[in-house]
Amino acid sequence: MKRTLENIEKQFETFQILNEEGKIINEDAMPDLSDDELKELMHRMVYTRILDQRSIALNRQGRLGFYAPTAGQEGSQLGTQYALEQEDFILPAYRDVPQLIWQGLPLYQAFLFSRGHYHGNQMPEGVHALSPQIIIGAQYTQAAGIALGMKIRGKKNVAITYTGDGGTSQGDFYEGMNFAGAYKAPAIFVVQNNRFAISVPVEKQTAATTLAQKAVAAGIEGIQVDGMDILAVYAATKEARERAINGEGPTLIETLTYRYGPHTMAGDDPTRYRTEDLDNEWEKKDPLVRFRKFLENKGLWSEEEENKVIDQAKKEIKEAIKKADEQPKQKVTDLIKNMYEELPAHLQEQMEEYKAKESK
Amino acid sequence: MREITYLEAVREAMSQEMRENKDVFILGEDIGVYGGAFGVTRGMIEEFGEERVRNTPISESAIAGTAIGAALTGMRPILELQFSDFITISMDQIVNQAAKLRYMYGGKGKVPMVLRTPAGSGTGAAAQHSQSLEAWMTHIPGLKVVQPSTAYDAKGLLKAAMDDDNPVIFYEHKLLYKTKGDVPEKQYSIPLGKADVKREGTDVTIVATAIMVHKALEAAVELEKEGISVEVVDPRTLVPLDTETIIESVKKTSRLVVVHEAVKRGGYGGEIASVIAESDAFDYLDAPIKRLGGKAVPIPYNPKLEKAAVPQVPDIIEAVKETLNKRIATHA
Repeated sequence: MKRTLENIEKQFETFQILNEEGKIINEDAMPDLSDDELKELMHRMVYTRILDQRSIALNRQGRLGFYAPTAGQEGSQLGTQYALEQEDFILPAYRDVPQLIWQGLPLYQAFLFSRGHYHGNQMPEGVHALSPQIIIGAQYTQAAGIALGMKIRGKKNVAITYTGDGGTSQGDFYEGMNFAGAYKAPAIFVVQNNRFAISVPVEKQTAATTLAQKAVAAGIEGIQVDGMDILAVYAATKEARERAINGEGPTLIETLTYRYGPHTMAGDDPTRYRTEDLDNEWEKKDPLVRFRKFLENKGLWSEEEENKVIDQAKKEIKEAIKKADEQPKQKVTDLIKNMYEELPAHLQEQMEEYKAKESK
Repeated sequence: MREITYLEAVREAMSQEMRENKDVFILGEDIGVYGGAFGVTRGMIEEFGEERVRNTPISESAIAGTAIGAALTGMRPILELQFSDFITISMDQIVNQAAKLRYMYGGKGKVPMVLRTPAGSGTGAAAQHSQSLEAWMTHIPGLKVVQPSTAYDAKGLLKAAMDDDNPVIFYEHKLLYKTKGDVPEKQYSIPLGKADVKREGTDVTIVATAIMVHKALEAAVELEKEGISVEVVDPRTLVPLDTETIIESVKKTSRLVVVHEAVKRGGYGGEIASVIAESDAFDYLDAPIKRLGGKAVPIPYNPKLEKAAVPQVPDIIEAVKETLNKRIATHA
């Protein structure tokens, strides 16, 4: 009897292009990006880091509502997003607001999402995305459907969806991949393995050595990528996208990453389940630090340039929060209006009732 | 007019719509060459091909999730869940996703899908394949819930459901699949939220759903022999509910019996009784409202017990008589 598990697991090596010192270690895999594009990646990571810091502060001041910190995951989030075309469809999880922003969701709407204002979920023209999924794993089956819709309509686009390591324990995770695989639907399934499902370490969540190997049972491609290496993440996503639009089926991408902050701002204290040593170990892998070194060595980045991005981010965040504050408050009649395409009689009655109250 | 079965009416509604609208497709288990567990989609894969009559893995959550995803991109999926009991496996996608997306997206984003599924007992399918869980669905804002009782209604309501831009749960009763009725060949639509008076009467109103409409009509024939005139109202859609027709009927007859197959406790009959209790029809009541529903037990496999678990014609007759004899004290 032949045992296969060990052989399968051995095949999932972490794909890396840029190492922790900012050196290219895999020249052959280096994606075809111009100097301007490389700088753009750095720009976006710096901007997103500042956005995260400001969002945490705004949350503490009571000026933002629900917020899931993103610092540490920029390489994984922005590397995947940068490989997309504008017509591609994003199904984010709750931590994946940055991908929406870089796909075109205005900042003030991201803030409104945080505050539970429905306008935060009204995607502007040209942004093809669902708002961040709150139910763990539910977006995986929906991604299969969106990809299938694209396939039926003959569009050369992909649906990309995100979950964390915790999401891989859900039934929907397997069902979504299996479904998309069975139909060779153009989907990309991203697992951002930040090592903890709130407090439970990935080793305690599954017997599998990698999460990428979970693709094998669905009969789709799986790859494990260094999620702190934005070049590797970009290259892996780009390739998955090519294969998807060429009818070769979906891909599962596991990015190895880390969230520096708490799970969300709703009272989580990571010191209860993570050690300082572990935090330090991962901060050494930081996606911004290594990419900065890489760019500086190429003469493409400077402190001055970085400060410019920081100032721009701070200014735009300030403007966006002001704009969010100016958005008309939600009324009960808005909520009723949003329920059905045409109001049934019972809601029509409620509508009249609240219209009268609100006009007082 | 031409007579066809309820099952054929459902199939015809889908086929005609699929010929008209390329965005409509069906997905479900064994719906291809097999034709679905009850044969509703038989012959459709031959006409529309496997892209539009799509066999799925046994994966209810993914069937629902995929339909939602496809609907969000502008497709108009019809998903068939093999037995309505399996809605439990897709509950997150239906309740937390489909029902809420339009609302959460402030109207930008919609889920125009129809979930078709056979419900009810009477086929010896036992505890996990015989339930009537529609009251669960009616509790969720954002869904519409339809329960046709005749071939004519099935075709017209399904057309309205497919045209609707909100998710619609469309319950087909297994025992009704083979019942025949007059059905026009051309497409037609019955608005969701419009009840139908299946029989006019003056002494007592029976509000009945799905298979119970037929049992109520049988009971009405028996009661007529004893000089009791029964009006049978079929809401046809539970959400939205045509409260007006029900209230008007009760004002006319002053007595109400509500009957459904679903377990009485927590069943939709409670909602209908409440509608009357909260309306001006309450003042017209000459007797307490009577509710009939399934026993609070799983559906038994044994055929005799299976029948005993849900209301039957004699139960309805007895309930009507009880209502007629039991006047509200102040009127006595």
